[in-house]
Formats: sequence, structure tokens, C-alpha cells
Amino acid sequence: MTKYRVELMVGVFVVLTIGAVLLLALKVANSTMTSEGDTYTLYAKFDNIGGLKARSAVKVGGVTIGRVASIRLDQEDFTPVVELSIAKQYEGFPETSSVSILTSGLLGEQYIGFQPGFSFDGVANLQDGDYLQDTKSALVLEDLIGQFLFSRGSDE
Amino acid sequence: MRAIQQIGANTIDKVAAAGRAGLMLFGALFAVPRPKNIPLTIHQVHVVGVQSLLIIMVSGLFIGMVMALQGYTILVDYGAEGSLGPMVALSLLRELGPVVTALLFAGRAGSALTAEIGLMKATEQLSSLEMMAVDPLRRVVAPRFWAGMISMPMLALIFSAVGILGGHLVGVDWLGVDAGSYWSLMQAAVEWDKDVVNGVVKSLVFALVVTWIAIFKGYDSIPTSEGISKATTETVVFSSLAVLGLDFVLTALMFGIE
Repeated sequence: MTKYRVELMVGVFVVLTIGAVLLLALKVANSTMTSEGDTYTLYAKFDNIGGLKARSAVKVGGVTIGRVASIRLDQEDFTPVVELSIAKQYEGFPETSSVSILTSGLLGEQYIGFQPGFSFDGVANLQDGDYLQDTKSALVLEDLIGQFLFSRGSDE
Repeated sequence: MRAIQQIGANTIDKVAAAGRAGLMLFGALFAVPRPKNIPLTIHQVHVVGVQSLLIIMVSGLFIGMVMALQGYTILVDYGAEGSLGPMVALSLLRELGPVVTALLFAGRAGSALTAEIGLMKATEQLSSLEMMAVDPLRRVVAPRFWAGMISMPMLALIFSAVGILGGHLVGVDWLGVDAGSYWSLMQAAVEWDKDVVNGVVKSLVFALVVTWIAIFKGYDSIPTSEGISKATTETVVFSSLAVLGLDFVLTALMFGIE
């Protein structure tokens, strides 16, 4: 009888743990975004990447389609090159697409806003390893304030 | 001359104790695959794990509730009370879950293990087991060690889950944070392999340290009532200090360098 009770209570313990793991897996953690499956790679050169980091999101109209895989400096013209890994299911963006570095909210983290371009005759789709030509750099607050002060000073 | 001799004697004592502790851990680690010891281990999981369940769940609930309350009063000033979910979940999963569980476990189960094994030694039960050609490492130490290793990560997971529910109770049900943003921002911030798995790894390390200290202190205690009381105190003090120190090292290794 006591053995039965002991085993019952250990069983309850195990069931509680499984419940806790399920809660953590399904409601708390995002296991889906870490294993993204097949991706393809695009590159983009910026003048200034601001506070962009590896693993920042790449979004089209607010929908996350991929992440920043790595950031490095081009050794020839000394501009930052950002490597984007985009999920395979979002393929076929036209070559005229543009990317810009945006900030979510006033103090939020920075992400890459991907703007699909128009496709018409003679425009190919972006392939694995292509460079995006049309890029807009991050807005650096200090530069903006500097420009503002400079323009105020020249007015007077 | 006398002082230097004293230093030498202390050093030899400490090194010998470390050696005995290492040998005992080795014996316990490799005493696992006896099928007839599995019921003994299950019994110890009951003693060590199930009987700690109540204190773990109650502490988890209240720690989650207090964090939600404190976090809310600060975050609401910035209109960022939606970030309550990530705050509660990340602090519980990364730090408080493993650490507080280990501290409670050292006080609730570790001290009991030391006292039990120490008393077995004082009443010469361990010697009589040896007389009957039963290895006390296999029969007494190994089941308790493995029970600790199994129970602690489970307790830490339950602690974190109950704490997150407690945070929900205070934050969402009482203070009126939006339930959708509580869960969805939490889900956006918590990563399974970085946060949850690292928390489990932490609690496995703490389980090893706390159970090892508890068992060794009991096994190595001076077999008098005074010796056992000293060993029990040392178990709680040493394992708490070891947990807090190791936590910093593990956090620096896991989250320090991105």
C-alpha cells in the first residue's frame, strides 16, 4: 500500500513536470522561429547600419520573412555589408526591391524593412547570393540633431 | 614552526577530503545500471522531489506574483506594462527558477540527506551493510544522488511555470495588463534553446553540486550528535554559496558574450 502511494506521488510529480514543460514550450518560448528551415541569402550594402545586430528581423509590411545572418565590413570600399537569410517560402522578389533600416517605436530595436519593388518586363527576380542595390541607411539621431542645429545656425 | 605545521595539516586534510568526495562521486555516478536499485531511486525521488514540491510551488507562485507587482509599478510609468510578460518569464527561466530551487532544495532536501546518512553512519548501519557485503555506495548513496539529479531540474521547471502563472494572476487578472500582450511579447522574447534549455542546464549543474555536497557531508561526518549537526549546517551553507557562485560563472558563460 505504501509502495503504491509512493509510486502514485512520483507519477503526479512527473505529470506536473510534463505540464510545466508543455506550458513553457507552447505558451512561453518561440521554438518555431529558431528553426526556420530552408533559407536563401541576399546581401545589402549600407552607408551606416546604426544599431542593427545579427538576428535582427527582416520584415515586409510588418511580417517577418527572415533574419540578419551576419554583418561585416567590405574590405575594398569600407562600407558595412549585411547578410540576410530569407525563408525559402518567400521567394521571387523583383530586383527593384529596396531595403531600409527602421526602428520599431521610439526606443525599440532596429530591423530591416524590405520593400518589394514593381516587377515589369525585363526585371529579374532576386536569386540566392544577389546584392540589393537600393538601400537606405539607419537614421542616426545625433546626425539629425546636428543637421537641425546647422540649418538653424545658417538661417540667422 | 607550529603555525606552518598547522597549515600543512589543514592542507592535507582538505586535499584528502576532496579526494574522498571525488571517489564517492565516482562511485555514485557509476552505480547506476543496477535494475534492482531502480525502486530505491524512485523511493528517493519521492523523498527528495515530491516532498519538496509544495514548498517549490508556493515559493514559485509568490515570487512570480511579487515580480509582476514590482515590475508593474515601474513599467507603467513608461507605458511599457506589456513588457511584464518577458520580464517575469526571462528572470524566472534564466535565474530565479534554477537558483531559488537549488537554494530551497539545499535547505529542504540537502540537509535531510546529510542528517540521514550521518545518522546511518553514527548508528553503524553503513558498517553493518558492509559486513553483509552490500556496498553502501550502491545501496545508500547512489539512489539518493540520482534522485537529486532527476528531481532538481523537474522542480526548477515547475517553479518557473508556476511563477509565470503567478505573474499572470497578478499582472493580468488584478492589475489589468492585456492578456494578449503578456503572452505574445513573452513568446517573442523567450527562446527555447537559449533560455529554457540553459535554465535546465543550470539546474542540472546545481543538482550535481548540492546533492554531492549533501551526501558527502553526511558520509564523511564525525559520527556523533555534534558532528552530524555541524555537517548539516555545513551542507546548507556550502551548497548555498556554491550555487550562488556557480550561477555567476554559468550566467557569464551562457549570456555574457553574445
